Amino acid sequence: MIDVLYFAWVRERIGIPKEQVQTSAATVADLVDELRSREDRYAAAFEDLAALRVALDQELTDFNAPLEGVREVAFFPPMTGG
Amino acid sequence: MTVRVQENPFDFGAEAQAFATGRTDAGAVVTFTGIVRDLVQSPLHEMMIEHYPGMTERALSGIEADARTRWDLRDVLIIHRHGILRPGDMIMMVATASPHRKDAFEAAEFLMDFLKSRAPFWKKERTGEGEEWVASKSEDEYALSRW
Repeated sequence: MIDVLYFAWVRERIGIPKEQVQTSAATVADLVDELRSREDRYAAAFEDLAALRVALDQELTDFNAPLEGVREVAFFPPMTGG
Repeated sequence: MTVRVQENPFDFGAEAQAFATGRTDAGAVVTFTGIVRDLVQSPLHEMMIEHYPGMTERALSGIEADARTRWDLRDVLIIHRHGILRPGDMIMMVATASPHRKDAFEAAEFLMDFLKSRAPFWKKERTGEGEEWVASKSEDEYALSRW
């Protein structure tokens, strides 16, 4: 099981801030494919990966990153701090 | 070195005073504070700042540690708020202390550039016309390339 977190408009489109996902996905991109195929709201949130960022165990990474050993995946739009 | 992520307001004057007081190791202190700006098109009712607890503190500490490897810094303070803010409210501040002003100025700019697009905060604006997530700007991403 892996914790999947959503922030900002990704959270709003999917409708929940966090869920546990049973997956055997090898990479972030594989996990995204699995989520997309679930329901329209996931397909809508993950429509354009260029508009999204991903963090594995709270470190920014990219969609090709492997998921082995990862406990927490977070998807969100580009950050707007400061 | 202090990183604080908080919902409550902070006292900019008191923070700056405490940061700059009692130093003999640093001849230069630079502070920057960001304030919620009203919008031109439609008056801003409030700004909601969401963040990623845990990662936010990690990211800010990482940015701060990176700054310390690049400049001669004796102290750094980063405060960033989340939650609901209104026009005129202070969102965040950074302070840098260095023996030399160039290091203090450059480090403060570096911290601001990375805070904008590498710390997990997201701003949503509420106006009379509705709510909208603030889009990231390409120039913010470009700003990182100069470092």
